[in-house]
Amino acid sequence: MLTKRIIPCLDIKDGRTVKGVNFENIRDAGDPIELGALYAQQGADELVFLDITATNERRKTLAELVTNIARHVNIPFTVGGGIAAVEDVSVLLQSGADKISVNTSAFKRPELVDELAREFGSQCIVLAIDTRFEDGDWYVYLNGGRVKTDVKAYDWAREAVSRGAGEILLTSMNNDGTKQGFALDITGLLSQNLNVPVIASGGAGTMEHFVDVFETAQADAALAASIFHYKEIEIPALKQYLYKKGVNIRF
Amino acid sequence: MKTAIIKYNAGNIRSVLFALERLGVSGTVTDDPEEIRSADKVIFPGVGEASTAMQYLRQKGLDKLIVSLQQPVLGICLGLQLLCRHSEENDTTCLGVFDVEVKRFQSPVPNLLKIPQIGWNNIAGLHSTLFEHVPENSYMYFVHSYYAALSPDTVAITNYVINYSAALQKDNFYAVQFHPEKSADAGARLLESFLKL
Repeated sequence: MLTKRIIPCLDIKDGRTVKGVNFENIRDAGDPIELGALYAQQGADELVFLDITATNERRKTLAELVTNIARHVNIPFTVGGGIAAVEDVSVLLQSGADKISVNTSAFKRPELVDELAREFGSQCIVLAIDTRFEDGDWYVYLNGGRVKTDVKAYDWAREAVSRGAGEILLTSMNNDGTKQGFALDITGLLSQNLNVPVIASGGAGTMEHFVDVFETAQADAALAASIFHYKEIEIPALKQYLYKKGVNIRF
Repeated sequence: MKTAIIKYNAGNIRSVLFALERLGVSGTVTDDPEEIRSADKVIFPGVGEASTAMQYLRQKGLDKLIVSLQQPVLGICLGLQLLCRHSEENDTTCLGVFDVEVKRFQSPVPNLLKIPQIGWNNIAGLHSTLFEHVPENSYMYFVHSYYAALSPDTVAITNYVINYSAALQKDNFYAVQFHPEKSADAGARLLESFLKL
């Protein structure tokens, strides 16, 4: 049976992991390759690397980093952050990334999703959506959550899937950082109405939250960053817990 | 030992190369018939679309070469599908090493089955030297919309609403639908067994 996936997310700036990490058994906590390999060894099912570098040098640095990740990490990984063109994606996939994620650039020019799916196949195109609940609905936000749109998250997700997005990475801005649990309603709405996998993101604080997002919201995967980086929840313990709770997990 | 990875218009070749590297083996990515024929092991990888891939293989004369190989050959993902008889994906005649039809996943009710299947699924009914060090029900990483039906050549079964061939074997031809190069330690053990054949 296909299992639910646990996905640690690593923010990268200038080739280094940004968020504070504190692992005893790795040499350099800021090294995304070592951290990624450690998570893989601990049983992470996939990794997401989000590049937040803003300099002109970023493309080259990122491609080199992706090659080194692919060399050392034996599970699939997605690379995202600032991807706006088919050429960007081509370089990243050739460097060894398994998937790429697009967000603002795809919203601004939805044809990008068609182009990427046609060129590389839907299976490697992840559409990331940042969403916030206000005035009775979930709306799409752009530019890392700084710019509001008047488009509903569900409508954009549905359109993107029809254009060829192979997975949806849904981050609830209301929940992100709260550690109060995932946004079960919007995650469930997308997961139960779209025929592509939905990765839930934002709000993980306890192991129970993962059970909720998998069982109640029917998410296909759950992504988290700080709770893993700060070892508030460790992946082997989380997987054991999910297994005991009857969640179908690779264990 | 020389390990050739067949180069054609399909993705994920680099990942295969890196997986071999992690096992201390350096593979050669090549479309040179002589180099492929003289290799000790041949890996036929691939992520992509069947008809375009077959067209490319025919243009390069690699179709006839692949089926004539005598050394151990390992097809991965699209590589497995292309070693079958025919694929529903754009009605493509494939290489025909395995007398198996490749079909598209069908959801019994809308949205029940997400297509492509993306993620880790278990493999069972293992009976091939490929799985010598891979325990029954190990998890492997799959990404695919089309699957090879069950056949007498099936040596591993996976279920995604229906049971299908996770791996096939006939004579010197081995093929897996999942990505051993991305399947953590279980995948590495499989690749190691293949390299030792």
